[in-house]
Amino acid sequence: MSHTLSPSPAGSRHLTAQRLLLWAVLLVFAFFFLLPLYVMVSTSLKSMDEVRSGTLLSVPLSPSLDAWSKAWHSACTGTDCGGLKPFFMNSVLMVVPAVLISTALGAINGYVLTKWRFRGSELLFGLLLFGVFMPMQVVLLPMSQVLGALGIASSVWGLILVHILAGMPSTTLFFRNYYAGLPDELIKAATLDGASFWQIFWRIVVPLSTPILVVTLIWQFTSIWNDFLYGVVFSGADSKPITVGLNNLANTSSSVKEYNVDMAAALIAALPTLVVYIVAGKYFVRGLTAGAVKG
Amino acid sequence: MSASRAPRSPWLPKLVVAPTFLISFLFIYGLMAWNGYLSLSASRLLPNYEFVGLDQYRALFDNERWWLALSNLGLFGALFIGGAMAVGLLLAILLDQKIRGEGVLRTVYLYPMALSFIVTGTAWKWILNPGLGIEHLMQQWGFESFSFGWLVDPDMAIYCVVIAGVWQSAGFVMALFLAGLRGIDDSIIKAAQVDGASLPRIYWRIIIPTLRPVFFSTLMVVAHIAIKSFDLVMALTAGGPGYATDLPATFMYTMAFSRGQIGLGAASATVMLATIAAIVVPYLYSELRSKQ
Repeated sequence: MSHTLSPSPAGSRHLTAQRLLLWAVLLVFAFFFLLPLYVMVSTSLKSMDEVRSGTLLSVPLSPSLDAWSKAWHSACTGTDCGGLKPFFMNSVLMVVPAVLISTALGAINGYVLTKWRFRGSELLFGLLLFGVFMPMQVVLLPMSQVLGALGIASSVWGLILVHILAGMPSTTLFFRNYYAGLPDELIKAATLDGASFWQIFWRIVVPLSTPILVVTLIWQFTSIWNDFLYGVVFSGADSKPITVGLNNLANTSSSVKEYNVDMAAALIAALPTLVVYIVAGKYFVRGLTAGAVKG
Repeated sequence: MSASRAPRSPWLPKLVVAPTFLISFLFIYGLMAWNGYLSLSASRLLPNYEFVGLDQYRALFDNERWWLALSNLGLFGALFIGGAMAVGLLLAILLDQKIRGEGVLRTVYLYPMALSFIVTGTAWKWILNPGLGIEHLMQQWGFESFSFGWLVDPDMAIYCVVIAGVWQSAGFVMALFLAGLRGIDDSIIKAAQVDGASLPRIYWRIIIPTLRPVFFSTLMVVAHIAIKSFDLVMALTAGGPGYATDLPATFMYTMAFSRGQIGLGAASATVMLATIAAIVVPYLYSELRSKQ
């Protein structure tokens, strides 16, 4: 549904030069955006000898998955040489509950903030919304004390808790904006029929929530999977997420820098979110724009 | 009369959200205040609640490394925000010209946003590295004397962070602007075309000005990504060489978690908070106001 800036019927011929230029610029940018992905994939399929003898752009002559297998099983991250597998598993254990709980709480908050408004509920929402923007540096030091006091410092549980708390402002915002568009009459009619708070939520609101549920799940999954700050501050030796594993692997100063393993590791860390993006890109973009355009 | 029937259990909704809001506010504002108190304390390796007033802030603003982090943020912020906005707007306008295959191109421009900054940093570190990266490529292509050592040059490394940052975020800006462009009423543009206005003129005089709200919210989001930037620097340069590419976020992390300067770290976090609040609070206020 592009608005019309296309060639007017009369002048469609002499605009071809412009169209050509347009396409040239678009393709140059496409190249710029794809280049790092190509470099990552091709480097990860080369042996170190080939990395040294070839160039960034050269196509792997004898592609092999050795670097991938090393990144997964046996690459060194610091002093420990077990590959990225344990980090990946930590991330999975962390992401699943954190995403589900923060999304569920956001849905309930959004439902109350739009359909059961009370005095001051807008103010509460405004105060919560600041949590979307605040620099998380400000909670790091006290939060590590809190996690210590709760006995879940350096554990996956601590990370789950932090991600739920940090994610709730965004999930509440998403659901609130979406539910604001559901007609109030729907709720009023149901109330008159004697439906309770929870019955309305489960029978009427939740079944209408599929689009925003997908957007929120994807948004939370992407941001929690990709998080590094909480991971590096709050995790212990056995609970480090994949981003921390990758960073340690890529910054481990061994005698020989194995770029092919680094690139395979980076791709392993990127794969889950990339797959989600490719499968459900439409919803991913909606989440991005919904997160940016508030109110 | 049904009107006499009070709404059913009006206390229940409040009760349901009370715990989550209470815990969220404790998390946001309680910890914020706690951090504020730490920044006024003598804490070093361990939190220590001896009150020392503004000493930590004095130490912070006497610290050469902090000033470098601030000036890096200014430089990085200006170039990153400017670059991402310019590329994003350009791509959005170009994509809005009824391009066949727009969907594919949009997917290509936006996929970096699905990646972690750590992945982006790792990839660009390899591409930009002075040994086997672009330098090697250009030399193999016959430019024997080509050298590209930005990543290890204290004066230039920050520009590497800018390049990787723009690469990651420009597609996101494009998506926001494209959504804005699609919301513009066709008839305004048609009328201008009938009046004989040229395409660039229509964009410059009509379309871009009507995008002002989108422009503003995009700027908000990108500025706030810039101030919070941490992961990308950690993965790409780890703040180095030396501390040449330190930003406030990496400074805070280093002081609080590896240098045993908790008070100083807390003070730097408070300064970051104040900066973001100065940008965001008026914005949120006006957004919520206009909504009512």
